[in-house]
Amino acid sequence: MPGRGRALAELAAGWLPAAGLGLGALMVWEAAVRIFDVPRWLLPPPSRILWEIFTTAELLGRHTWITVQEVLIGFCLATSVGVVLAVLLAYSRALERSLYPYVIASQTVPIIAIAPLLLVWVGPGQASKVIIVALISFFPIVVNVVDGLRSADSEMIAMFRTLGASKRQIFQKLQVPSALPYFLSGLKVAAVVAVIGAVIGEWVGARGGLGWLMRISAPQFQTSRVFAAIFILSALGICLFLLVGALEKVALRHYPNSDR
Amino acid sequence: MPAQGSSSPATAEPASYRWGGARISQPALRASQAAGPTASGFTRLELNGVTKTYPARGRRPALDVISDASLLVSSGEFVSLIGPSGCGKSTLLNIVSGLEEPTSGVVALDGDPRAPRLGLVAHMHQRDLLLPWRTVLGNAVLGLELRHVAATEARARALALIARFGLDGFEDAYPAHLSGGMRQRVALLRTMLPQQDLIVLDEPFGALDAITRSGLQEWLGDVLETDRRTTLLVTHDVDEALLMSDRIYVMSKRPGSTVQSLQVPLARPRTREALSDPRVIDLRRQLMGLLAGKPGVVEA
Repeated sequence: MPGRGRALAELAAGWLPAAGLGLGALMVWEAAVRIFDVPRWLLPPPSRILWEIFTTAELLGRHTWITVQEVLIGFCLATSVGVVLAVLLAYSRALERSLYPYVIASQTVPIIAIAPLLLVWVGPGQASKVIIVALISFFPIVVNVVDGLRSADSEMIAMFRTLGASKRQIFQKLQVPSALPYFLSGLKVAAVVAVIGAVIGEWVGARGGLGWLMRISAPQFQTSRVFAAIFILSALGICLFLLVGALEKVALRHYPNSDR
Repeated sequence: MPAQGSSSPATAEPASYRWGGARISQPALRASQAAGPTASGFTRLELNGVTKTYPARGRRPALDVISDASLLVSSGEFVSLIGPSGCGKSTLLNIVSGLEEPTSGVVALDGDPRAPRLGLVAHMHQRDLLLPWRTVLGNAVLGLELRHVAATEARARALALIARFGLDGFEDAYPAHLSGGMRQRVALLRTMLPQQDLIVLDEPFGALDAITRSGLQEWLGDVLETDRRTTLLVTHDVDEALLMSDRIYVMSKRPGSTVQSLQVPLARPRTREALSDPRVIDLRRQLMGLLAGKPGVVEA
């Protein structure tokens, strides 16, 4: 088993290229803004954005917390609804034939068109954002879990049957574990789009949150504040993605080809 | 005290859940399994005029897989079924284990053509089909677990056999870390643990290298000597059939039918030396001839 030091070194080696590229890009950005003397309201340099984050930490923190809550509640809602729906779809052919087309159709309606309606129906509070987050992020979960439950090897199913397994046992002990990698892949995609969903919801109408903050800051040419919000939002998405990635690593450690 | 899970044929008593004549229900089976390892009462398998046709589907025409298969495996007998690739051997085993039903013909266990087979006939595939997320022990107890045997008892029964299957020290290893031969032994342990009286083996060593294969063949012979079951082996390896069986059936090309049955005139278990016995050499020549369709012509 590799030592803690070596594991850390491997982790660093994995992250170093991406971190280097990001840092390089920021430096080029900083230099370009200074050399060409770009006005701050048009494009602030990264140092100015960093300064903005530190000086308005209290304000940004308050709105970040609002967005984080919407994202997390919506994400959990999407996961539970998505999994239940996927199990139903995988279990019943009739349900799949009748319901699945509408699950797909629900994604062809632009979320930006639904958002104002939700605002009318449930008001500008947290609920409308949670619904939008759930609407946008349940889809990758449903599709992946349905595929995953169907991915069970047919010979394995035959083996289970010769051992006297019931349908329910095959589901519990074969299909669910087979679907786990698919579920976690879906969860990773859902984590990223969940953040987008929250911002869209806040943009259309809200009393707080980073999306709302960006919307009121942009017309006032507080461009560095908009950028600060963008930085925080992308950090949020990345954190959620990495969290699910870590969960995946633990859950799939004995699955073949799980060295992701 | 004898180890749990092992049973010797000498002391074998008729099991309480014999299915001779009567149909046995799934709960009855569970009750008997939960009560502990039952000594193998042997089962006689009879196939009479079995055919299998897959109906036409879309542009694919109907496919005759088995045209006329009849065979008998007596209680405790080891019978091999040998034939060219694609002659319907695997389909025949699927029919025996109840995964598929024949299009026509009779499959009878102990003379009862209506006896349920699915779940009562142990079936081992060429692929080991181990669950990658379970350890060696977790995979081995699967059959017991599906029959609702208590976890501690299932573990104890598996552990009692683990050394004989050459897996001691690997109880908590995951399949990804095992060699092909070991994985196949885990699969066999899983197949044998529920104590089903009739075992069908579908080219169990077909995917292994020659050295591992010959070691496992002799080993399986020993295992089945101490824990005797009625066994039907499908193979296309003539020496494997000669080494392990009491009797060998030869199947024709697709649509398969059983052509002839040949007795191997040596006691079991055998070592590889048996293969140089003049009687076995003669038998091999006959088998090769039958497989080729005509003596002296090599099957393409």
